[in-house]
Amino acid sequence: MLHPITTAHYLVLSAALLLVGTIGVLARRNIVVILMSIELILNAVNINLIAFSSHLQQVTGQIFAIFVVTVAVAEAAVGLGILIALFRNKETVLADEVDLLKW
Amino acid sequence: MTDTLFFYAFALMTLAGAVLTITRRSAVHSAMWLIVSLSGVAGLYLLQKAEFLFAVQIVLYVGGIMVLFLFVIMLVNLDLAARARQFNRQWQLALASALAVGGVLFYFIRQGAGAFQPASPPVSSPVVEGNTERLADELFSQYLLPFELASILLLVAIVGSVVMAKKRI
Repeated sequence: MLHPITTAHYLVLSAALLLVGTIGVLARRNIVVILMSIELILNAVNINLIAFSSHLQQVTGQIFAIFVVTVAVAEAAVGLGILIALFRNKETVLADEVDLLKW
Repeated sequence: MTDTLFFYAFALMTLAGAVLTITRRSAVHSAMWLIVSLSGVAGLYLLQKAEFLFAVQIVLYVGGIMVLFLFVIMLVNLDLAARARQFNRQWQLALASALAVGGVLFYFIRQGAGAFQPASPPVSSPVVEGNTERLADELFSQYLLPFELASILLLVAIVGSVVMAKKRI
């Protein structure tokens, strides 16, 4: 009844997580939630890397996942710093109210 | 059999947590559901026998990044944002395009699903040592330069976030 789990299962899960994160980035207004959605997207990528790492019986995918985590940490730190600076200057955390570059 | 059950449990945890993360009104609730989702991903790492990344996921994401998020949520006044409209005006377009991309992705995964036969393990690899030892061997020999570059990236990120959070830029 229950099929054994293959790499394709992990790919489907990773694609679904990627889509949820993309919808979060595109549709939400709150910048904090947008940053969280970016974390979801990076995690979807990591699931893919780990799935192929165990599929190919190589450890390289896991090393790449470590680098992805490193970049995610740097991105979260800088992004939240920018958010604090933005809130101090414009008193808003809604992405569509920051429209200085709009025509 | 147990693997299958655990996979579906962790997959449900990951996806339900993710969906609730992007739909909750309060940012604190979003952060809590994101913790659930990230823990589910950690469980998936454990199922794939990536024990080191499981530990990294728990310590770094759930312990580090999420605390950072919660600190920022407390520093920034989110009451106004919680009462405002949560989705922007092009959310229907965003949903439609994301679903279209999803359709393409699932189609191709379905097409190629037959090709995912597990590879035979390489004959030379010694199976006695653990996951962390293998990772460290690769990381500190073949990937030493990217490893050092990652430290520079983290230094730049530290300096950048301190400068960004200063009173006067």
